[in-house]
Amino acid sequence: MTATLERPSVPVVKKRTVTPARVALHTFLILTCLMTLAPLLWAVYASLRTYDDTSVNGYFSIAKSLTLENFAKAWEIGDLPHFYWNTFLITIPALIITLLLSSMVAFGVSRFSFKFNLALLMIFTAGNLLPQQVVVTPLWRLYRLIEVPEWISASGSLIDSQLGVILIHIAFQSGFCTFVLSNYMKTIPYELTEAARVDGASVFRQYWQLTLPLCRPVLAALATLEFTWIYNDFLWALVLIQDGDKMPVTSALQNLKGTFFTDNNLIAAGSLLVALPTLVVFFVLQRQFVGGLTLGSTKG
Amino acid sequence: MTALQEKPKAVAPQGPPPRRRGKRATALAGTDKLVLGLMLGIPTIVHVLFVWIPALGSIALSFSRWNGIGGFEDIEWIGVGNYVEIFTEYPRFWPAVQHNLIWLAFLLIVPTCAGLLLAVLLDRELKFSRIYQSALYMPMVLSLALIGFIWQLIYTPDGGLLNSLLGLSDKPVDWIGDSDINLYAVLVAAAWRHTGYIMLLYLAGLKGVDPSLKEAAALDGASATQTFFRVTFPVMKPVNIVVAVVTVIEALRAFDIVYVINKGRNGLELLSVLVTDNIIGEASRIGRGSAVAVILLTISLGVIIPYLYQTFSKENRS
Repeated sequence: MTATLERPSVPVVKKRTVTPARVALHTFLILTCLMTLAPLLWAVYASLRTYDDTSVNGYFSIAKSLTLENFAKAWEIGDLPHFYWNTFLITIPALIITLLLSSMVAFGVSRFSFKFNLALLMIFTAGNLLPQQVVVTPLWRLYRLIEVPEWISASGSLIDSQLGVILIHIAFQSGFCTFVLSNYMKTIPYELTEAARVDGASVFRQYWQLTLPLCRPVLAALATLEFTWIYNDFLWALVLIQDGDKMPVTSALQNLKGTFFTDNNLIAAGSLLVALPTLVVFFVLQRQFVGGLTLGSTKG
Repeated sequence: MTALQEKPKAVAPQGPPPRRRGKRATALAGTDKLVLGLMLGIPTIVHVLFVWIPALGSIALSFSRWNGIGGFEDIEWIGVGNYVEIFTEYPRFWPAVQHNLIWLAFLLIVPTCAGLLLAVLLDRELKFSRIYQSALYMPMVLSLALIGFIWQLIYTPDGGLLNSLLGLSDKPVDWIGDSDINLYAVLVAAAWRHTGYIMLLYLAGLKGVDPSLKEAAALDGASATQTFFRVTFPVMKPVNIVVAVVTVIEALRAFDIVYVINKGRNGLELLSVLVTDNIIGEASRIGRGSAVAVILLTISLGVIIPYLYQTFSKENRS
C-alpha cells in the first residue's frame, strides 16, 4: 500500500552452490506452476482438436491431428468481431474518463486542504469496495428513468445502452483509481506545485501540465489494471443490457454457449479467443499490472 | 467551497518538527476556485449518483413490495415484511447464506495459505523467479465468467480431465451437476484465480519488511520458522488486513462463475444470485431482492468500516 511502483530488482551475480534444498524448492515451484497453467493448457489442447477426434477417442487421448479450425469457426459462428467491437466501445471511453475524473479528485484532495477531503476520499474508497449487487437493482431502475436521445440509445433511456454500462464503470472504478492516485500524488513534493503557483500557473495547469506527467507510471499501471477489469466485467453488462447484440464479449460468452451447443472444442476455442486480449496485456504489461495491484491492494 | 486553504504540512505528533513553512497566500483566484470546484464536483456527483444513491435506494426498496416495472406509485411500503419473509419462508435464502459462508471460509483458508506459502518461497534470490511469478499470476487476468467455461472442460463428466485423471471414466462423477460437491468444484476454480492475488499482496508485504528485524531475530537464535511466525507475519499486519478485506469482498461478490455454470441453482445458490434474479431471472420482486442486497451491504460494511478506519487514521497521523 505504499505508493511506489515495484522497482525492477537489480540482478546480482553470485555463484550459487546447488543444494538439495534448492532442488526441492525448484521442483515444488515448477510443479505448482504447471498445475496452475494446466487448466489453460488443457483448454488450448481441446481447442486444437477436431470434434470427430474427441467424440471418438475422448478428450483424454493423444490427438490425431491438430487444427486451428475451431478458432475460425468460433470466430465466425460466435460473431466475435462484433462483440469485440462492443467491448472496445465500452472499455476505452470508460477507461480514459475514469482515469481523468479520478486524477482530478486525487489532485484536489492531495494538493489542497479542504475540510471534506477525508470524507470525500472515504466515500470513493468505500464505494469501490461495495458488492455490485448492492447497487445493481436501483441502478437498473434508475437507468430506465434517465432519458437519452435516441441516437445514443434506441431504447430512449440508459437501459440497454452501452453508455449506461460506461457510466457505471466510470462511477464504480473511479473509487479505486482515486484512492491509488491520491496516495501517489501525496508523495509528490509539495514545493513543486507551490513553485508553479508562485509563478502564476492556474490550478488547471498545475494539474494538467505538472502533476499528471509526474503520475505517468501510476497512470500506466492503473490503465492496465482497469483495462482488464472493465474488459472482464460480466455483471453490469448482463443486467443493464438486454439486447444480446449490444453485449460486450465477456457477457456475450453466455449466449455463445448456446450457439456452440455442446461442442466443447468450440467452447474452448471461443473462451481462449475471449481471454486473448487480457492475456496479451498481461504478458506485455505485466510489470504495470502487478505494480497497479500492489499500489491499490483494495480491490477484489 | 468557502474556506479554501492550502494544505498545511501535517505535523507528526512526535519527533522533530518538519521544516517550518512561512504563511502563504491562501486566496485562490475566482476562476481557480471554479475550476477546482468542477474538478472535485463532477467526479463526485457521478460516483455518488450511480453508486451511493442506488445503494441507499436498495435500503429504501427493501421495505417495499414492488415489481420494478410500474411507476413509483405502485410501490407498496410493507415495513420489515421482506426481511421476515426472507428469514422464515424464502427457501433459497439459508442455503445461499451457507454457500457464501463456505465460499468465504474456503477462500480464507486455501488461497490465503497457498498464496502466503508461495510468497515466502519466492521472496528470495531465486533463478527463474520471474517466470514462476508470471505463471502464478496468470489466472488473475481471466474473468471469473471465463474461468467458469475453462474449468467446465475439466469437470465435465463427458471426457473431462479430472475424471480421466482419477480413472473414473467408466463411472464418471458429475462435478458440476451433483449438488453435494459442485460448490467445492467451483471453489477450487475460484481459488485457482485468487491464490495469485494473495501471493502478490504478500510478496509486496514481505519486501516491505525491514530486513534488520529478521537479522536481529536470527542473531537472537530464532529459527527461520520462528522468525517468520513471531516477527515477519505480525509485522505484515496491514497486508493481512488487506487480504482479509479483499477476500471477504470477493466472497460476497461471487457471482459470474456460478452464473455461467448453472445460473446459481442446484447447490450453487449465492446471495448475489438472489439479488440479480429479481431483475434478470424469473422472480421479479424488487423488495425482496433489495432486502438480500441490504444484508450483503451490512456484511460488507463490517469489513469496509474497519478497513477505512485503519487506512485513513494512519494517513492522518503520518
